[in-house]
Amino acid sequence: MVQLESPSSAQAIRFVDLRQGMTARVSAVDEDCLVSRRLQEMGFTIGTQFEVVKVAPLGDPIEIDLRGYRICLRRLECDCISIELV
Amino acid sequence: MGNPNAGKTTLYNALTGASQKVGNYPGVTVEKVTGKLKLAERTVDCIDIPGLYTLNAVSEDERVAAEVVSSKSVEPADLFVYVLDATNLERNLFLFSQIAEFGRPMMVALTMTDRLAGKPQSVDPARLAAELGVDVIPVVAFKDRGIAELKGAIDRNLISPRVPSLSLDIPTEVLEEVEVLRDRLARAGIDATVGETRAELLAPSEAPGLFISEFPEMKEAIEESRSRLAAVNLLRPSIDTQARYAWAKAVQGAALTPLRDEPSLPRAKKAPSRTDRIDAVLTHRVFGLAIFTFVMYLVFQSIYTFATPVMDLIDGAFTAVKDGVSSRLPDNDFRSLLVDGVLNGIGSALVFLPQILILFFFISILEGTGYLARAAFLMDRLLGWCGLNGRAFIPLLSSFACAIPGVMAARVMPDSRSRLVTILVAPLMSCSARLPVYLLLISTFVEPQLGPFWAGVALFGMHLLGLIVAIPVAYFLNRKMIKGSRLHFALELPPYQWPKFRDVMLAMYGRGKTFVQTAGTIIAAMSVVIWALSYYPRAPIIEGSDAAQQEHQLQQSFLGRAGKVIEPVFVPAGFDWRISTAILSAFPARETVVPSLGIIFSLGGDADAESVDLRKKLRESTWPDGRPLFTPWVAAGLMVFFALCAQCMATLAAVKRETNSWRWAAFMFGYMTLLAYVAAVAIHQVARALGQG
Repeated sequence: MVQLESPSSAQAIRFVDLRQGMTARVSAVDEDCLVSRRLQEMGFTIGTQFEVVKVAPLGDPIEIDLRGYRICLRRLECDCISIELV
Repeated sequence: MGNPNAGKTTLYNALTGASQKVGNYPGVTVEKVTGKLKLAERTVDCIDIPGLYTLNAVSEDERVAAEVVSSKSVEPADLFVYVLDATNLERNLFLFSQIAEFGRPMMVALTMTDRLAGKPQSVDPARLAAELGVDVIPVVAFKDRGIAELKGAIDRNLISPRVPSLSLDIPTEVLEEVEVLRDRLARAGIDATVGETRAELLAPSEAPGLFISEFPEMKEAIEESRSRLAAVNLLRPSIDTQARYAWAKAVQGAALTPLRDEPSLPRAKKAPSRTDRIDAVLTHRVFGLAIFTFVMYLVFQSIYTFATPVMDLIDGAFTAVKDGVSSRLPDNDFRSLLVDGVLNGIGSALVFLPQILILFFFISILEGTGYLARAAFLMDRLLGWCGLNGRAFIPLLSSFACAIPGVMAARVMPDSRSRLVTILVAPLMSCSARLPVYLLLISTFVEPQLGPFWAGVALFGMHLLGLIVAIPVAYFLNRKMIKGSRLHFALELPPYQWPKFRDVMLAMYGRGKTFVQTAGTIIAAMSVVIWALSYYPRAPIIEGSDAAQQEHQLQQSFLGRAGKVIEPVFVPAGFDWRISTAILSAFPARETVVPSLGIIFSLGGDADAESVDLRKKLRESTWPDGRPLFTPWVAAGLMVFFALCAQCMATLAAVKRETNSWRWAAFMFGYMTLLAYVAAVAIHQVARALGQG
């Protein structure tokens, strides 16, 4: 995987495909969805970068470093926000 | 008030100490903590508002907190003290921005400043205060640093309040539409703030705003405004969150002061923090789960070993008091009521206090250090597939002390469906009231034959049983029984920190008090009822020992008669009328089964789990045809019965209160009793088939 900072290298990815150590960025959000609003309120606004710190021993949830704090989320419950690899 | 994990409780404890009172908000089950705050010349009431991330509430706790903040509550607060975590400014400022829009007096207590030590950047309280337009007081609550200054500032702000300033970058079209709608609302007599109106306009379609549901007559006006915004592609809820985070980032940038002239290193090369190094082990694939199991095992062994001497002490004290009272009063109904009813009831409730205190000691340490969140992270997948989530771990763990705090702790669940499932399975966890039953039967039938190691294993196994049974039950309830929406799971993993002595002590004090007040009184009252049922009608005096007379009396009593009536029901489980009577008498509170067994087996009511005589009696008792009553299998069946049944009046009352319906309480009693009965019968029948019965 090539790690470049320029947005042109952005590659869409789904939460289920995130692996430990990956850095991603929020590219779009579902405006109608309740979960999407809550995720934005927790800090996942468009353009925000985050890093996957750890995957729980049983594969889910994943621990994410976001805006300087740690949050864990279930992969399948985050489909309402679109992300891309950085 | 403030975000979860911002250090709210620690600060609140430092301000109000033991003056805290735990109650409920009117009409809902959300806990309301109030306390007295002593200032220089006066004392003010201080309320601890449940931690929340946003005012757009989803769970009941959030809704209550949001209502208090929006001053829709009966008594609007004179001043909000916003607890702001200095290590997590952006997200903490997000909520601040929402509250600031109400235009109410606010000030900030800046916490976790001690954790910034050693970091390249520090938060400058003066610059932050200038940005926010309110007083900012840095505190290190557990060291009482900054507390005097904070109290002084609270005093000052109560006299001359300051209202925060806030400038959000919102598109002009939206701002205009907000004013249009606000005007129309005002003309209809609805007083809405700018923030509330914008939230209404930009509400996601899945979660319509408050006004549209509260004032249906405004629906048209609101939808008109929304469609005008949609026409210019600005009906986007993300505008609001985006603007708040942009503001938060700007404020953070202004408030941070670099301490050292280090070139900022790229993220990847940053040295792992202390929390990262601890997490490398504690949430590790293998070690993490092993440590989790070990920690849980440690907690139970501690309850088993540390609590026993204190329990013996309490028990001894009560026996002494009862003997003292007995010797001073004539033998009549009143003495019996006082000694066997009242004193016995109080004693049997208080005897659980040591265990509850030890358990809450551990829970508050696990919670205070941040390990509880890691445990939820580890366990989420396991609990998640059956419809619960990692957070359910907290109420379920609490239920191991007592289902009542456990049922109440189910409030941490973010949505009503998983909350109800958690409440319904929480009493399956082996609460400390089951412990005397296990202790009696294990020390009678397991320890003498297999030794203390296997006794420990058996005790651990009994605790595991409830958890294992709870998983399919929760799965079934979630898929088949309960309808409702499910909210996603989001759990913050706060940095590790040392547990704070005062927080641990206050948590133990509060929980202990709640137990004595709620469970304790019900247990004591029920004890009197059971005393009456077993004391009347009086049996004629017969020849022989006191104990024989007592046994005869019980056979005669309402309770004994009922026990005999239902004996056929329990025979398939290998229980005779005496065990059936004990089960009946344990309906209000299962721990009373031990003193009941004491009476039934002619030893008097002061027998406890440690009673050598009672153990001997249990081993020696037989069916009328001479077969031993208690085989190890019958003992196991009885333990499993008590592990799974819902024999606890106080829990049923708590479930009724939390779910606001007797229906769920009755449902819980029904399903658990059925489960317990089927399991006990199955054990006995399998044992018989194996030739062990």
